Amino acid sequence: MSKNSKTAGWGSALAVSPAKKIRRPFNWRSLMSQLFTVAVTLFGLLVLTFVIGRMMPSDPVRAIVGEDATRETYEMVFRQLGLDRPLWEQFFIYLRDVLTGNFGVSIRTGQPVITDILHVLPATIELATFAILIGATLGVSLGVLAAVNKDRWPDHVVRVFSLMGHSMPIFWTGMIGLLVFYAALGWVGGSGRMADFYIGLVDERTGFLLIDSALAQDWEVFRSALNHLILPASILGYSSSAYITRMTRSFMLDQINQEYITTARVKGLSRRQTIWRHAFLNIRVQLVTIVALAYGSLLEGAVLIETVFAWPGFGQYLTNNMLIGDMNAVMTCVLIVGVIFITLNLISDMLYRIFDPRTR
Amino acid sequence: MTTQATKLAVPGPLLALGNILRFLMKSPTSAFGLLVISVLIVVAVFAPWIAPYGPYAQDLNNTLAAPGGAHVFGTDELGRDIFSRLVYGTRITLTIIFLVSIVVGPIGLFVGTTAGYLGGKYDTVMMRITDIFLSFPSLILSLAFVAALGPSLNNAIIAIALTSWPPIARLARAETLTFRSADYVAAARLQGASTSRIVIKSIVPMCLPSVLIRLTLNMATVILTAAGLGFLGLGAQPPVPEWGAMIAMGRRYMIDSWWLVTFPGFAILLVGLAFNLLGDGLRDALDPKQMNRR
Repeated sequence: MSKNSKTAGWGSALAVSPAKKIRRPFNWRSLMSQLFTVAVTLFGLLVLTFVIGRMMPSDPVRAIVGEDATRETYEMVFRQLGLDRPLWEQFFIYLRDVLTGNFGVSIRTGQPVITDILHVLPATIELATFAILIGATLGVSLGVLAAVNKDRWPDHVVRVFSLMGHSMPIFWTGMIGLLVFYAALGWVGGSGRMADFYIGLVDERTGFLLIDSALAQDWEVFRSALNHLILPASILGYSSSAYITRMTRSFMLDQINQEYITTARVKGLSRRQTIWRHAFLNIRVQLVTIVALAYGSLLEGAVLIETVFAWPGFGQYLTNNMLIGDMNAVMTCVLIVGVIFITLNLISDMLYRIFDPRTR
Repeated sequence: MTTQATKLAVPGPLLALGNILRFLMKSPTSAFGLLVISVLIVVAVFAPWIAPYGPYAQDLNNTLAAPGGAHVFGTDELGRDIFSRLVYGTRITLTIIFLVSIVVGPIGLFVGTTAGYLGGKYDTVMMRITDIFLSFPSLILSLAFVAALGPSLNNAIIAIALTSWPPIARLARAETLTFRSADYVAAARLQGASTSRIVIKSIVPMCLPSVLIRLTLNMATVILTAAGLGFLGLGAQPPVPEWGAMIAMGRRYMIDSWWLVTFPGFAILLVGLAFNLLGDGLRDALDPKQMNRR
């Protein structure tokens, strides 16, 4: 490894400099093969959701026509839904519907599922984004701290602290948080995205409450929203920081054990400088990919935390529909989670390719 | 790596186990994990002797009693003793872990070792399938399966098992790739061993240590997923004393009776933490590089 690649920043990795003359052309073939992989995975995802959807014990026809419909009505709807056709034909109909953006109608709300989901998604994104900011800050700083103090007490403390975050049932942490910080201390807001009093005061433009209230310059609503956001976001962030901490620690250890660090120290650089200016700069790319992956798994915690905090987001929508057996809504939610996950994986992989000179 | 692993296997499995145990006891965190899990097993086995009351014994004159006196952890909305329910709950937790592990381990090993050893199209297809399962967060996929199968403890176990084999398969495949061109495998092939014999006799034993670690680490996730499903009402159904379901039931009385949710949550946290710490320690114990350094 040349010294250049170590000290080079984000910018210089991209800039066209004389040293970049030897840079090989962008690897289109590997990109295409990766996109092909993604397409295959997406197809598999559709097969999986289709199969799970067909396994549902609830009768989709009954859900539409009601309990005391006549046999004729029942059979008519049965045929309308295409349930009389062979399974593979049903799958192709499903495939066509999905590709044309037709995800069916939610039985519970009577609206197209996709409209419902687009309506609830911003609440979850707002929560998850705040959570990942907290989780990444916490995780990266603790990870570096642990790596620098390997096998000394800060390392052990960090290990137990982050494993705690990983071992906590997040719905329980949420309840205890509500008990302590809302009921007992009154530091934060309770359930929901804002105090009931403010609901409907701000026009919904983006669906992100913080942005909407800032646009309307309604700072009272803004403060209420922030107050309600901080607790669930911190809890989600803490639980996601465990993974980030562990990965940061091991990336950091890989770097610290390398000879260039010793060289830098021998040259007379301070410990702090070698850690932050050399070792840390070298792991940024890996960290970005890790954070992208952690963002995806936040969705999992979001389902539970939204139930506890009555947060009107994607997770609550999913669980509510699951409990009443609304097949279209549930399968679309699962599909969307899968797509988000695959996209994040792809993005993190791309980032890696673009920013890590060694992959070229 | 290869030589170290064979060295471990040579003195016989029992001696190796002794070595691992000794190594684990040296680290306070993994010793703690081991202790908690041992206590968990003892409590589960002797539950009827440890619990002062039955898990379903109601006392409607003494509902929502605060901790202390005859009820160490208080009573719930039906006057059932929370401590006794937690004690019986250990049996459910262990059952879930056990059933999931004995399903997931063999499936993961089978898919991973065959894909890694055979390679080619079979490998590609198997890994694509694995990737599809991996492209969901495990809780969401379990949710979908339970929704399809109907909520119950058994279905929750099936759903969790269905969603947690892919990481094991991935791991077993990666390990297999490092062994498949090893000399001892080539020797077995030259002696005329069949593919299935090579996989079972030469490859699987080499993958076992890392798969076992992964399974242990996985147990914490299994516990949390099962509790999450129980909490959402999709896992164990009341009145079964499953910890997640207990928290869900206690949620309604949470503000006035904090003990209903606090103690089951602590139980989940403690057991989850214990499995994580043990898995962490096992990883160090079975990692030859670490072994030499300490």
